[in-house]
Amino acid sequence: MAKITLNDEAQEVTLPLSLTELIKANSATPEMVSAQLNGEFVAREQYDAIAIREGDEVDILYFMGGGQSS
Amino acid sequence: MMDFTPEQIERYSRHILLQDVGVEGQEKISNGKVLVIGAGGLGAPVLLYLAAAGVGVIGVIDGDTVDLSNLQRQVIHFTPDVGKPKVISAKEKIRQINPDVKVIAHHDLFTSENAFELIRDYDFIVDGTDTFPVKFLINDACVIAGKPFSHGGILRFDGQTMTHLPQTACYRCVFHSPPPPNAVPACSQAGVLGAIAGMLGTIQAAEVLKFLTGTGELLADRLLSFNAKTMNFRTVKLHKNRQCPVCGEHPVITELKEAEQTACDLKQR
Repeated sequence: MAKITLNDEAQEVTLPLSLTELIKANSATPEMVSAQLNGEFVAREQYDAIAIREGDEVDILYFMGGGQSS
Repeated sequence: MMDFTPEQIERYSRHILLQDVGVEGQEKISNGKVLVIGAGGLGAPVLLYLAAAGVGVIGVIDGDTVDLSNLQRQVIHFTPDVGKPKVISAKEKIRQINPDVKVIAHHDLFTSENAFELIRDYDFIVDGTDTFPVKFLINDACVIAGKPFSHGGILRFDGQTMTHLPQTACYRCVFHSPPPPNAVPACSQAGVLGAIAGMLGTIQAAEVLKFLTGTGELLADRLLSFNAKTMNFRTVKLHKNRQCPVCGEHPVITELKEAEQTACDLKQR
């Protein structure tokens, strides 16, 4: 098990774990989010290749439209 | 130096009382020019508060007419306004709230063709739109033209907002490109709690007033998001993305392209 911080909350995960797997495990779709790993944006094409490590801080940011239309 | 009338001094007294605003700050608000793109869920509270605050020139652009289903959250429009262009309905309310404000209404869509001309004369732009291609278009136009703007988005019980200033992270730094059509539902499909629009829109309005008066710390290089079910608010630190296609080290977006019409909106017109 490894301790990481996801969206400001402590979480325990089992390694090895890719960023893609972490996103999916949190009920999100990789194509529909943006992710920061330790404060740096990660290009979506690299989600598969990124291996989560102990102590990582991950932010998953969601697309949000809304506001105008009927 | 602006000479406020006794009525204006009274109208704006609660601003003037604020140490961080004062007469000077109110002058800056009264000299401010703000363009609000979209007179819907977000635009409604933004427009109401900017009007009440006495922003000198408020531009508003929206191609839509008021629909009965808008009234649950678009609080600048009233029941008798159904069928009326949103910008006309909004202009009428702004006039009634505050005759000091000059309103420039555009019953039109914000497109790559008119974007630069529309934003040119304004100090600050507010994104109150619903579709991702237009959100990206607003971002690109403001980044290229060096205009500060506030991004806002709401969905179901959630809201998010960030403020872009020249040299701070832009919307594309966070979200590289629009999601695939229909991947992310619009409010018209997924629904939204009406008051969420007010929560987010008033945050955007506060950012505008902070920007105009130079007060406090803007949501620049920060993305604020909240969930109204838990009432948890979260601020994520951002910084400019070197690979950003519009403001990064090697920008590939140097001119505006037509926003592809999104398939997000289920509603057939």
